[in-house]
Amino acid sequence: MNSIALQGGFTDAAVQSAHAFRASLEAMARPGTLQTVAGATPPAPLSAAAGALLLTLCDGTTPVHLAGAHDCAAVRDWITFHCGAPLVCAEDASFALGSWAALQPVNRFAIGLPDYPDRAATLIVEMDQLEPQGARLTGPGIAAEARLSLPETAAFRANRALFPLGFDCFFTCDNRVAGLPRSTIVEDC
Amino acid sequence: MTAQDYNFAYLDEQTKRMIRRAILKGIAVPGYQVPFASREMPMPYGWGTGGVQVTAACLTPDDTLKVIDQGADDTTNAVSIRKFFQRTAGVAVTEATLDATIIQTRHRIPEAALTEGQILVYQVPIPEPLRFLEPRETETRKMHELEEYGLMHVKLYEDIARHGTIATAYAYPVKVEGRYVMDPSPIPKFDNPKLSGSPAIQLFGAGREQRIYAVPPYTHVVSLDFEDHPFVASKAPHDCDLCGAAESYLDEVITDDQGGRMFVCSDTDFCRTRREAGHVGHLGVPVQGGV
Amino acid sequence: MYVAVKGGERAIDNAHAWLAEERRGDPAVADLSLAQIREQLALAVNRVMAEGSLYDPDLAALAIKQSRGDLIEAIFLIRAYRTTLPRLGASRPVETAQMAVIRRISATFKDLPGGQVLGPTFDYTHRLLDFKLAADGEVLPAATAPADMADVPHVTGFLNRDGLIEQQPTGNAVPPDLTREPMELPADRALRLQAITRGDEGFILSMAYSTQRGYGRTHAFVGELRIGTVAVEMDIPELGFAVNIGEVELTECETVNQFKGSKTEPPQFTRGYGLVFGQTERKAIAMSLVDRSLRWAELGEDYTGAPAQDEEFVLMHADNVQATGFLEHIKLPHYVDFQSELELVRRLRAEVFAAQEAAE
Repeated sequence: MNSIALQGGFTDAAVQSAHAFRASLEAMARPGTLQTVAGATPPAPLSAAAGALLLTLCDGTTPVHLAGAHDCAAVRDWITFHCGAPLVCAEDASFALGSWAALQPVNRFAIGLPDYPDRAATLIVEMDQLEPQGARLTGPGIAAEARLSLPETAAFRANRALFPLGFDCFFTCDNRVAGLPRSTIVEDC
Repeated sequence: MTAQDYNFAYLDEQTKRMIRRAILKGIAVPGYQVPFASREMPMPYGWGTGGVQVTAACLTPDDTLKVIDQGADDTTNAVSIRKFFQRTAGVAVTEATLDATIIQTRHRIPEAALTEGQILVYQVPIPEPLRFLEPRETETRKMHELEEYGLMHVKLYEDIARHGTIATAYAYPVKVEGRYVMDPSPIPKFDNPKLSGSPAIQLFGAGREQRIYAVPPYTHVVSLDFEDHPFVASKAPHDCDLCGAAESYLDEVITDDQGGRMFVCSDTDFCRTRREAGHVGHLGVPVQGGV
Repeated sequence: MYVAVKGGERAIDNAHAWLAEERRGDPAVADLSLAQIREQLALAVNRVMAEGSLYDPDLAALAIKQSRGDLIEAIFLIRAYRTTLPRLGASRPVETAQMAVIRRISATFKDLPGGQVLGPTFDYTHRLLDFKLAADGEVLPAATAPADMADVPHVTGFLNRDGLIEQQPTGNAVPPDLTREPMELPADRALRLQAITRGDEGFILSMAYSTQRGYGRTHAFVGELRIGTVAVEMDIPELGFAVNIGEVELTECETVNQFKGSKTEPPQFTRGYGLVFGQTERKAIAMSLVDRSLRWAELGEDYTGAPAQDEEFVLMHADNVQATGFLEHIKLPHYVDFQSELELVRRLRAEVFAAQEAAE
């Protein structure tokens, strides 16, 4: 484990994770809005926002799947040191991290059980761009409609069709995060 | 107990992470009760341990906290919970609904309309709306899975057959986004319409029963009813005797042993704000120069 | 003019000050030391450790002192403290066969290897108030014998050798942790045993008693009851071996119960198991009966609707900290809900009277 792995965590865990959680709660509760999360400086290619989400939500009880370029020694070591999360295959993951392309096919991820729909994966999707424009979002958390630059819409429509089952997503880019719970109706426009 | 012996907002970070994950899943599946490993809090089960854990997991040092019980900021349990967070989190507190960023409540939704920056945390004793019809968790979990809510409608219909109306006055069941039947906690049914389409995030914590659930902002929440017996959000047919409000939920106060009584707003902040704005009820006196 | 009741905070502070004074009692009477509670009220200390799920006699004594002797309140104090402690790791399973026993009896055999050891028991005391204790507590030293360091084999082991009792499956599966995961039903046996061992003694006792009276009867014999201390060992990965980190006193009860069998399987006795912190034999015996009763499904027995067979009923109602909290919460203000019912009842009555008048 190199020294980079030991750096870049929260310097004031209780307070920084509280702020990061509130940002992620706002993101998930108001799909399409962009929230700022700060406090983490993780190794590349992990974004600051994704790093903060991992520090805030993951620990030894949450298996994490790393996809594509994120499945590298620097990220593995950083997560192991700061979160202690076991790294697992896609099917066993509570959290999955990677670009949208690397996370494919997304039907590998846990969608919960009919009697326990909460036992579903949360995907942290790293984006090159994240803007409040693009696909039209409606549903819980959205007063009229919202827009979000999603990588596609078909996968999210298919996921919505499984409701109350389905995975939930955070989209991260630099220090910004947006949420897309399984309850959101996604349309092209 | 000194505050510095404990982590910010009392709970350790691992516990907060576990609660935070449950809250996010609750948001993702509105109205579904997420099991969580509720901790033993330094206050009794049944006294708001679920709400306290949810509040502790949400609080940041920048928050302004309001705690109410029966709509009032000065009831003993509200005072006790507010003091707990002042001591363990050092957060600012307020009685003003509009100034609060997190409001923990037992049995009421504030009268003032909530806003986007706010989180309303409900203390929930029995989170399962079907529990009084079917005591077994193993059964009610199946009923939610299969959307098998006929038993609830039968119960409401039996009320109508017996009383001519639905005889549930509080903890009146609701359906969230057309999917899960949810217990709104023991709020009077007068408050039910405020659950729907609220700009605020609504979180529900049941500590003893180990459940967290949520209603995201702008979520469709419908009180169960029948076409020929529509839901009515009723209250005592009086105005507040202190501030004259006609549309607020009222407490009945017995004033003597000769049948004397008066009605006053249950939401103490709402009533005070109105009186300070110059509203005077039937038994009230004008406020001198405000506060 | 009406003024709403204010001053909740001062009322609470005053109540706490008064409570502290009442706890202390008459200051002319010497203050009770924790050592006195630990040494002279040891069975109360044991109960608080068992149901508080924390093995620390000094803390349990402090909790008893602070709670004025209300043991459920003391258990609550211990639980609330326990939940704030960090988890450093898990011990190896304790070896009760290597217990240094102070008491060991079997009801199923007259004598057995290791012998019957009556130990410090109330069993054959005549329950006559000992007025000497009111005057002074001096006691004569009890007779002693040299300690026997040999292992004490389990009675069920003798039966097992002949295949007369069901095999106890062994395994290295990590058991679920009731205090870290939400209860999920149906529960496996490890989870049930956890819930029962920290369950309320009175509740578990009554459940066990109900099985004896026929509500889910399992014909239990106390195969063996043993009390003593066992070593607690923990694997230290950095060292590569286990080290002894201390010892705990335990009470273990194994029951031998009615046999099962079929045309193809020869009949065999079945087991119930109880293991509780400290010298707590009423609880351990009761636990083993309730454990056995809850095993009806895996043993192919009929569900007769007995409370002690009903896993959800037993597990969801055994915890006295949960039960007392919820029970006592009904003394909190409920006037908003009550008002909503008042309004409803008044309206319903008005409608009935109006209908009666219209009919007349």
